[in-house]
Amino acid sequence: MNLISVNDLKKDYVTGELVTSVLHGLTFKIEQGEFVAIMGPSGSGKSTLMHILSFLDRPTSGSYKFNDQDTTDFDDNYLASLRNERIGFIFQSFNLLPRTSVLDNVKLPLIYSKKKNHDELAKKALDSVGLSHRLHYYTNQISGGEKQRVAIARALVCDPAVIFADEPTGNLDSKSGNTVMYILQQLNNQGHTIILVTHETDTANHAQRIIRLKDGKLVSDESVVKRTVAEADRDLLK
Amino acid sequence: MNFFSTIKLVIGNLRARKGRSFLTILGIVIGVAGVIIIIALGAGAKSLILGQVTKLGSNLLRVVPGKGESNGPPIPGLVITTLVDSDAAALRGSAQAPHVTSVSASVLGSATVTWDNKSIDATFIGTDYAYQDIFNFTMQSGQFFSQAQDQGGANVVVLGSTTADDLFGASGVDPIGQVIKVKSSVQSEAGGVPLRVVGVISSRGSSFFQNQDEMIFVPLSIGQNQILGIHHLQAIDLKIDATENMDSSVQDVTNILSQRHRIQKSVDKDFMVRNQGDAVDILSKITDALSLFLTSMAAIALVVGGIGILNIMMVTVAERTREIGLRKAVGATNAAIRSQFLLEASFLTGLGGMVGIIIGILVSYLAAKLMISLGYDWAFVVSWQSVILAVGVSILMGIFFGLYPAFKASRLDPIDALRYE
Repeated sequence: MNLISVNDLKKDYVTGELVTSVLHGLTFKIEQGEFVAIMGPSGSGKSTLMHILSFLDRPTSGSYKFNDQDTTDFDDNYLASLRNERIGFIFQSFNLLPRTSVLDNVKLPLIYSKKKNHDELAKKALDSVGLSHRLHYYTNQISGGEKQRVAIARALVCDPAVIFADEPTGNLDSKSGNTVMYILQQLNNQGHTIILVTHETDTANHAQRIIRLKDGKLVSDESVVKRTVAEADRDLLK
Repeated sequence: MNFFSTIKLVIGNLRARKGRSFLTILGIVIGVAGVIIIIALGAGAKSLILGQVTKLGSNLLRVVPGKGESNGPPIPGLVITTLVDSDAAALRGSAQAPHVTSVSASVLGSATVTWDNKSIDATFIGTDYAYQDIFNFTMQSGQFFSQAQDQGGANVVVLGSTTADDLFGASGVDPIGQVIKVKSSVQSEAGGVPLRVVGVISSRGSSFFQNQDEMIFVPLSIGQNQILGIHHLQAIDLKIDATENMDSSVQDVTNILSQRHRIQKSVDKDFMVRNQGDAVDILSKITDALSLFLTSMAAIALVVGGIGILNIMMVTVAERTREIGLRKAVGATNAAIRSQFLLEASFLTGLGGMVGIIIGILVSYLAAKLMISLGYDWAFVVSWQSVILAVGVSILMGIFFGLYPAFKASRLDPIDALRYE
């Protein structure tokens, strides 16, 4: 079943009289349960594409079907609820709330949802990234790798259909980065759809499929032949 | 997102920024406390002033010589001699002024009072026996002088409690029966008039124009002839049977005196009839106006505090741009962001209002205690209206000054906000 289906997707930015085209008509599909990497150099439009796919932005033209539903007419509040219930975000710079506990950070999406048992859900999510022992630490008291795992737990807590990871290893050392990729592959094995945005081939090779963009055009879309399987560092997952 | 979780969120955010939250509400605290203190002090001052006027009796009229204030102040040094004993006699029991129950004529001056080589300065009032009834004196010891003593021009005197204390307190001698000498400050001859003390009036504290405790009272004829050397009156005080007859009695008295003085047009009047009730009205108006003025000053302080809130909220929104972006990314709607910041601002101002009320009530209470310990008849009044006003205004200001920053926060583009450094 197609989770995401885009057809001739275009995005233009208008500044005064100047129109800058960022995406020049993209067409592809992503199925449920896939692990896809979107690759490309800076300015290729990969971030813009991710923002549109994750309902943070709207396309200028073309169609975007999510779960076979055309998203063109969705209003802002409905998009907010889709982000809350169906989408999880992992950012390069973690974006955790300062002066706030690990547990409260993970609970953040829940306060905008209709779900009950916030503590229980948040603890379960933290357990799945191996951070049960850090619940009441403040986010400035934990390491970078742990921060990204808190962010993964936050992305997971509402049980989303798809997780967007925007350069998730960009600010991490290779060991911590490896652990993050290990967790993402585990989540994919459990059935979560993962869309990874990166410019590093090494990172992208953890995915099953790579969509390459250049100057707002799709240049290739192929399966990864020799997929990297991340080995978790046992010490880091403690 | 429900209201309860928003409250929890807001309290968490404010607790994480204790120092700044405190500084933010300081302006509101001062403004609200100011409003409460000023309103409470205004009410206290009003109760003090009005209490003193009504203590004198609110159903009193006073006739004084001279034209009305509308013709400007009297010429300095000009002595008006047109009000005389027979005017007072004519008002006493007149069929034309049926509501007048008591009439008392008086003269007034300052004098040196001497007993046993001890001299003090006092204000003396030469008046008749009806004065006690009109001004509701109670006696600490002895009697006020009688009708016989008054009309017979007996050499007697009644002392105010302070005067009695000053003269006799140190010696321990009972003032009743002692002879004191009273000498007007305008009288040139030595010695003074010897007068026998027949009574001491109970202390009644200072009234706003004069302190009766520091006065002495002598029969009218003694005051006129022996101390001052004049034959006219300086005031006639009248007691009216009921407050609702005050206005008609002013008219009655005016008619009687106009007839006696052969006044054709009211502008030529050589006397004035003053109503104590009018004095109460005027004083209420003055204290109200003063309170209003001071309250508006405090209100300005409150508004300045509100602008402080606006300022801090703007900074907060800028500082938390990434947080706002994140919240939107994980599903916060514009409305949720807006209510979070709006609630944060009104929570701050509401809290400031509460603290301000507590401080305001405390300070008003201490001020009242201080005034009472200084001997003033001061009332500690904090009206619930002023409390509701202060809290209401501070919360409204939180909403008003929080609205723009909250609106700004809610309109942030999540993509830009997430990238914000």
